[in-house]
Amino acid sequence: MVELDCRDQPCPRPIIELAKALPSVEVGGLLAVVARDPAARHDVPAWCRLREQEYVGEELADDGVPRYVVRRLS
Amino acid sequence: MSSTPEVYLDSASAQRLHPAARETLLAALDRGYADPRRLHGAGRDARLLLDNARAVVAECLGARPDEIGFTGSGTDAVHRGLLGLTAATGRDGIVHSAVEHSSVLHAVQWRGSPAHASVPVDAAGRIDPAAVIEAAKGPGVGAVAVQAANQEVGTLQPVDELDLPGGVPLFVDAAAAIGHVALPDRWDALAGSAHKWGGPPGVGVLAVRRPTRWTTPFPGDDGLDQPGFPNVPAALAAAAALQAVIGERVEVAARQFAQVARIRSAAAELPDTEVVGDPDARLPHLVTFSCLYVGGDEIVTALAARGFGIASGSACTASTLEPSHVLAAMGALTHGNVRVSLTPDTTDDEVEAFCAALADSVHDIRERAGV
Repeated sequence: MVELDCRDQPCPRPIIELAKALPSVEVGGLLAVVARDPAARHDVPAWCRLREQEYVGEELADDGVPRYVVRRLS
Repeated sequence: MSSTPEVYLDSASAQRLHPAARETLLAALDRGYADPRRLHGAGRDARLLLDNARAVVAECLGARPDEIGFTGSGTDAVHRGLLGLTAATGRDGIVHSAVEHSSVLHAVQWRGSPAHASVPVDAAGRIDPAAVIEAAKGPGVGAVAVQAANQEVGTLQPVDELDLPGGVPLFVDAAAAIGHVALPDRWDALAGSAHKWGGPPGVGVLAVRRPTRWTTPFPGDDGLDQPGFPNVPAALAAAAALQAVIGERVEVAARQFAQVARIRSAAAELPDTEVVGDPDARLPHLVTFSCLYVGGDEIVTALAARGFGIASGSACTASTLEPSHVLAAMGALTHGNVRVSLTPDTTDDEVEAFCAALADSVHDIRERAGV
């Protein structure tokens, strides 16, 4: 799984990094973004809806920072 | 600094003082300074003005004068109104929509209750009346709070469909709606804020229908007016503005509805931009949209540099650093958010210039971000 460290990046940088990294993942593969930005909790699922990708869910990274997981569908 | 004056597109935060309110305020400052509870001539003058203000507001809201109270702000009217209902029912639980104004949510949080329930909204920001009615049947529910229209996305709520169980009063926050749309008929208590309809700041209105049980939740007697020395000139000016705005409403709203439709379509034409809120059942003057990969602070700044003053619900523009709970509840994108609210004198030319400035701003920001 490709993981993007956006821990200290402000909104909307985690979403920009997610969009830029998507082509590096195979269709069907997982992509995760780790972000403290409270907007990411809402914006990763909204981005998935807008870009027609699958939002898999929220987990915690080892240091307790939220990690949002996406599956590339197209 | 730009030499051309800013085009102000944030009337949902505050309207300019209506000319009718300015004249009334100046006259009332001279005539309405005394304590309206005193029986001397100056006191009786102030009492007359306050009674007049109450009668005008009552007529505008479809209420009786003795059902109207004046408070120090819309927020205070919400707190007094909603908590006064639960104080009277003796049940602290409040059922509310997930997209209520923060003043309603703060009132709910003030007294914790296992019976509190937040009812979700659909993607347009609208509640399901059946879900609200069902939640209102819960034990311990002392009041239901549903707004007339949403302050951030403009969606009208189906308040008149809320056939609540007996003994559960309905509180309607009408602050975003008053002066812009016909108000719902169904409410037991209703709150508004004068600076949102062109009255002076520092005046809230609380209306409580007479058969409704309501008791003050704060120190003071059980009158609807906020305790303390009344601001008679401001109340009268607020009433004058409301009367004027309601008189002009149909004509102004028709023009604004079309202008907002133009902005909605221009925003929807931008790549990766989502226009949120109901396209039809909405406030006439307000539109919100979110642009992917754009910072809320960046778009506010970029539009300000091009001469347009707008609001944003994005986290980076909020004092809390939390994104808008309204956008979050709707599942909408919270970053890159722009809220435009027109004034009664916004021109079609200004709307066209805004649409062009918006397209340029979004393009420039995305180019800098490399997306």
